[in-house]
Amino acid sequence: MKLEANNINFYYGDFQALKNINMTIEQNTVTAFIGPSGCGKSTFLRLFNRMNDLIPDTHLTGECLIGGQNIYDKNITVDELRKKVGMVFQKPNPFPKSIFENVAYGLRVNGVRDKKEIADTVEKSLRQAALWEEVKDKLKKSAYELSGGQQQRLCIARALAISPSVILMDEPASALDPISTSKIEELIFELKNSYTVVIVTHNMQQAARVSDKTGFFMLGELIEFDDTKKIFLNPQKEQTQNYITGRFG
Amino acid sequence: MKHTETELLQIKNSISEMWVLVLSQLRNAKTALVTSDSDLARVVISLEKRVNAFELKIDSDCENYIALFSPVAIDLRLVLSILKINKTLERIGDFAEGIARFVLQTENMGTHEELLKLVRIDEMAGHVETMLEKTLNAFTEENSRQAGMVFSIDNEVDTIYRDDYELLAKYVVEHPADAFYVLLLATVLRKFERTGDHCNNLMEEIVFYLDAKVLKHQKKGKQE
Repeated sequence: MKLEANNINFYYGDFQALKNINMTIEQNTVTAFIGPSGCGKSTFLRLFNRMNDLIPDTHLTGECLIGGQNIYDKNITVDELRKKVGMVFQKPNPFPKSIFENVAYGLRVNGVRDKKEIADTVEKSLRQAALWEEVKDKLKKSAYELSGGQQQRLCIARALAISPSVILMDEPASALDPISTSKIEELIFELKNSYTVVIVTHNMQQAARVSDKTGFFMLGELIEFDDTKKIFLNPQKEQTQNYITGRFG
Repeated sequence: MKHTETELLQIKNSISEMWVLVLSQLRNAKTALVTSDSDLARVVISLEKRVNAFELKIDSDCENYIALFSPVAIDLRLVLSILKINKTLERIGDFAEGIARFVLQTENMGTHEELLKLVRIDEMAGHVETMLEKTLNAFTEENSRQAGMVFSIDNEVDTIYRDDYELLAKYVVEHPADAFYVLLLATVLRKFERTGDHCNNLMEEIVFYLDAKVLKHQKKGKQE
């Protein structure tokens, strides 16, 4: 599904965190958001599954469309939206349940009762998350017994199980070792065949390796948004160049 | 200045030093040729080792920089350009050495001032020297505006080179005893002509580094 942001402004109280952001994210692509801490990239990412709704005293203007529909319309419920838009966070956050139940959870919450359907979907999701071979013989073990990298892939499998169209990732590999990071990156690359993926990352090389498009944010503004190859070889804005070459600040 | 910038600046300084050395090699080789100065030719040949040493050092420095600092944007374009400039300068250094060797090889074949004048070798070498100097200035001053001028000087070099072949053919017919010298001279003319082409390549790399434009394999008219 295509994502569109039109004239987005977002405020935490009086503080304007996002300033007139316009962006179109094409279906089945990986888009990376980069920028210094506090630049608004995570805030912008979270708009696409209404995570910011939970924060008191916030205010949004503009349109946020997924598949052509404004996700902030009154007739859209957050529950329905989150079936379409999965999210993976910086720190793996498995539920205190078995590996199997972690992945099955979303299905059960959404009313799926057929045991075979659940088992098949769990296996499919774990395979898609490149975790099946490592856990297939211990599905009933606690998710907490997995390593950090495995837990993160379990969270990705959990997001995939409800068949979303969009997957949002907020620094999904920043707490992982290089081997786990490499697995997650390989997974992101594979996922774009079936999903639209948006990732926030502080790791510039990661953005360069996995994404098709990159957006550079600074002080709440989208400074530059273009093909990742262009951003990393020939950015058009001096601020982008200074940031990615480490000359910023 | 951050240490990543200092490292890159050091590589930039090294390639500029190499450029100055190669320019001096080319100048001396030309002087040795037109004045039949064997001693100067020997100096050029002995200094070729320094050019090669620069090539190895700069290659290694660039590899280390890429491995350690993962450069992007203008830094990446600079390192990629330097790698190619390094190779090109080394080739020009080889040509200078080759011209110097010609001087030694022909020192007992008598003087051929008239023939050298006929093929306008002084003019051709002067053009090539100017081209190399302009590329060095463009690199150190980070200014690609002189690209068009370098490419147009190369057109003049090519014209002289094309004319030379007819002149040499005629000369051999009229002076069959000098045939061996003429053959050797043809290789020297070829070296100057190739050096002109290499200067074009250097300019293309500078344009890629500074303006992120790829000029390779475009018609010369378009480049200008």
